[in-house]
Amino acid sequence: MKRRGALFWLQLGFTLFVCAFLIVPVILSMLAGVTVNYQTGIESGFTFRWVIQVWEGYRDTIYRSIGISLACLAVTLVLGVPAAYVLARAQSGFARAIEELLVMPVAVPGLATALALIVAYGTWGEFRTSWTFILVGHVLFTLPFMVRSVLAVMNAIDLKTLEEGAASLGASFGQRFFQVILPNCRSGILAGALMVVTLSMGEFNMTWLLHTPFTKTLPVGLADAYASLRLEVGSAYTLVFFVMIVPLLVAIQWAARAPRQAKAAPRA
Amino acid sequence: MRRRLFLLFLPAGIFFAAFFLLPLAQLFVIGASGKDGLANYAAIVTDRNYRASLFATLFLSTGVTLVTLAISGLAGVFLTRNRFPARGALVAMLTFPLAFPGVVIGFMIIMLAGRQGLIGDITQWLTGDKLVFAYSMAGLFVGYVYFSIPRTILTVMAAAEKLDPRLEEAARSLGASPLRVVKDVIIPGLKPAFIAAGAICFATAMGAFGTAFTLATRINVLPMVIYTEFTDGANIAMAAALSFILGAVTWLALALARTAAGSSVAAAG
Amino acid sequence: MGGAGAAPSEGGATRMSEGLKPVSIRLEGCAKTFADGTRALEPLDLEIPAGQTVVFLGPSGCGKTTTLRIVAGLEAPDPGGRVLFDGADVTALAVEKRRVGLVFQSYALFPNMDVRGNVAYGLRVRGMERRAREARVDEMLAMMRIEPLAHRRIDQLSGGQRQRVALARALAVRPRALLLDEPLTALDAKLRDALRVEIDALLRRLGITTVYVTHDQAEAMALGDRIVVMEHGRVAQSGTPRQIYEAPATRFVAEFIGTMNRLAGKVEAGRFVTAAGAIPWPDAPPDAREALFRPESVRVAEAGAEAHLMGEVVSAFFLGDRMRLFVSAGDGTPLVVEAAARKSFARGDKVGLALDPGALMKLKDPTPKDGA
Repeated sequence: MKRRGALFWLQLGFTLFVCAFLIVPVILSMLAGVTVNYQTGIESGFTFRWVIQVWEGYRDTIYRSIGISLACLAVTLVLGVPAAYVLARAQSGFARAIEELLVMPVAVPGLATALALIVAYGTWGEFRTSWTFILVGHVLFTLPFMVRSVLAVMNAIDLKTLEEGAASLGASFGQRFFQVILPNCRSGILAGALMVVTLSMGEFNMTWLLHTPFTKTLPVGLADAYASLRLEVGSAYTLVFFVMIVPLLVAIQWAARAPRQAKAAPRA
Repeated sequence: MRRRLFLLFLPAGIFFAAFFLLPLAQLFVIGASGKDGLANYAAIVTDRNYRASLFATLFLSTGVTLVTLAISGLAGVFLTRNRFPARGALVAMLTFPLAFPGVVIGFMIIMLAGRQGLIGDITQWLTGDKLVFAYSMAGLFVGYVYFSIPRTILTVMAAAEKLDPRLEEAARSLGASPLRVVKDVIIPGLKPAFIAAGAICFATAMGAFGTAFTLATRINVLPMVIYTEFTDGANIAMAAALSFILGAVTWLALALARTAAGSSVAAAG
Repeated sequence: MGGAGAAPSEGGATRMSEGLKPVSIRLEGCAKTFADGTRALEPLDLEIPAGQTVVFLGPSGCGKTTTLRIVAGLEAPDPGGRVLFDGADVTALAVEKRRVGLVFQSYALFPNMDVRGNVAYGLRVRGMERRAREARVDEMLAMMRIEPLAHRRIDQLSGGQRQRVALARALAVRPRALLLDEPLTALDAKLRDALRVEIDALLRRLGITTVYVTHDQAEAMALGDRIVVMEHGRVAQSGTPRQIYEAPATRFVAEFIGTMNRLAGKVEAGRFVTAAGAIPWPDAPPDAREALFRPESVRVAEAGAEAHLMGEVVSAFFLGDRMRLFVSAGDGTPLVVEAAARKSFARGDKVGLALDPGALMKLKDPTPKDGA
């Protein structure tokens, strides 16, 4: 146990202040969502009526957001895991270039990506007005996270030697991929999956431009509610969003911590 | 073997080419359509309004990055080096806002600094004057810092964990004071992480839309300008040109940072 | 390349409880150039008779691992090279189909399966039905004496245990040949010695054709029926351990195996004259500039007619059963001399050395490599 000097307490105080800065508004807004009257404050009493109003008015956006996130997860798994494998095995400069390219949708502002999609596919009526249009944007944005997460794990295990070991025992590529490679990338896939779902649920910049009145997601509904309805309703809506997203964030943190603990206990 | 790799990559490649590369190319072309043609692209510096918003966005993003790095550096190094009971909870709290859309951030700012906001109440109680800054550049600044801290702090903490304590011990054995150690050993050691995290912070701030959209009114950042050109002005050529430039600038910033930092930029979210 | 050395095991090929006939391996003109231009292997011709253990020995980068990988099917030889198993051309056959057992330096055990799962994997891939599979796994675990580890995860095993699991896994599928790539390198010295004995016994009992790669010459000498010493992608010498040790063909082999003493001088009338004295050497090659001999061929002698050379002790090490002396005899590296432990020597002592002229080595290729 180190001696706690003045410097420690100062730093702790600073850190606590920063935490407060980040958390207090969250608490405030959650409270506002269940308060009868925000201006009066807590004295006006608690109620779930705003939450119920949100549910009745915006239930479809909640379902749609969940649906798109899960679909996004499925697509990024199918596209991203093989892509990560390719990048892990192909050690050439070409692979580096591909990695750079895949990261671009994260670097380019969501606004620009959305605009580009509209410019290219805006005239495809069926596609433009369907939820898959939004899905495409979400996949573009979240794919690099899945790829990078899985790639990190693949680089850490000695992928090449494991594959050669399995091949020397007679396993075909398909058998190797599903019986040896994927099971050993579980932690990367899990971390990537959590990231993808979380990011998709909260995506706004792209979705705002890509959506139509019939394909609203939760964040889009939120923006609507803020603009047109009472503060309490907007807060209640935000509360619903938090309730959905916080478990995911907790899961991400837990998933990041678990493998580190497992690695810390090898036998001599 | 190579053929197999090619086939495995094909789905992702096709998706990417069809829905990203191709549209971006078309965006570029559209940006050069309209009556001014390619001059549209120069408009960002020639037109006074656009230029002003470009600079405003650049200044804002740079300021946010510097402030965020300072905060994340201090808090991040502190949290990595000290173990105490509530540490895990603090780390969790600092990274929660990672997934919040800009809308929610804007809303947080209104909660803090809006007309009915907490800070307004506190300042009124303290001084009698209500401080309201949510709807100005200051509010935007605070909002950007709000969503930037979670992104940068993870990168900083990861790098701080990897710092070799023996370097600091060597410096101390040579007589360096704690402040010197910070200046000569810790900050240089964290430089790659700062560059990486700073680049992400800058790029995100440049392209942030939701927060500005929620706080709306008179704020003149580039993403808002693009949005209004597109929706209100129906000037799709200009919107396209501006957004293409915005994309190029942010991508360039990240690429530069990557070469400066030497290794790949870790995305905290 | 000499003829195939006979395997000195007790009726090796017939003692196979493994039931699969061991294969003979032949490499014809196998060279390897990598994509970046590195020439890892010059065209190699090699014959490994069934049931024999051949050790590829050499420093890192000599091409030994590349050769093993070509035999395994993990690398393809440059066009024109052929790999034959029992006379059949398998060059185009992928590793999955070659039916060879591989043990890697890092063991390559699957972290997502326990020990039983790992050992069973090859059998599972082949579609062996469950009961037969489990029985075979039990057999292998018993053979390698790792039954208590059956349900352990890989990261809970020590280095020596992992090695045994790797061997069990490779042998479970009854491979035609066993290929080991520096399997003991990752272990500490004592464990290495113990496992070396075990592996030797195992290989003899199984009678399986084995290719073993190592850079440790003590390992090679202990395990190989035949040793192929490699350098810079070429075979420097191939022969039995005794042949390699007592009659090295090139300077590289002479210096790589064991310790070699070198004394500069020239031949004059049936003697080799050096700065420290003259050694009788009746059948010396006339243009020899060096005398090469092992430490055990030179002994400390009383000064006088018996001593061929006079030198001065630079350092003396007491090794328990003997003394190791470093004796300076003129300019150049001190000579390594073994002496009886009973005597004690101090730095600066003058000693006489006597050599057995029959032990002086004649290299087929005495060209000194970089910096003689």
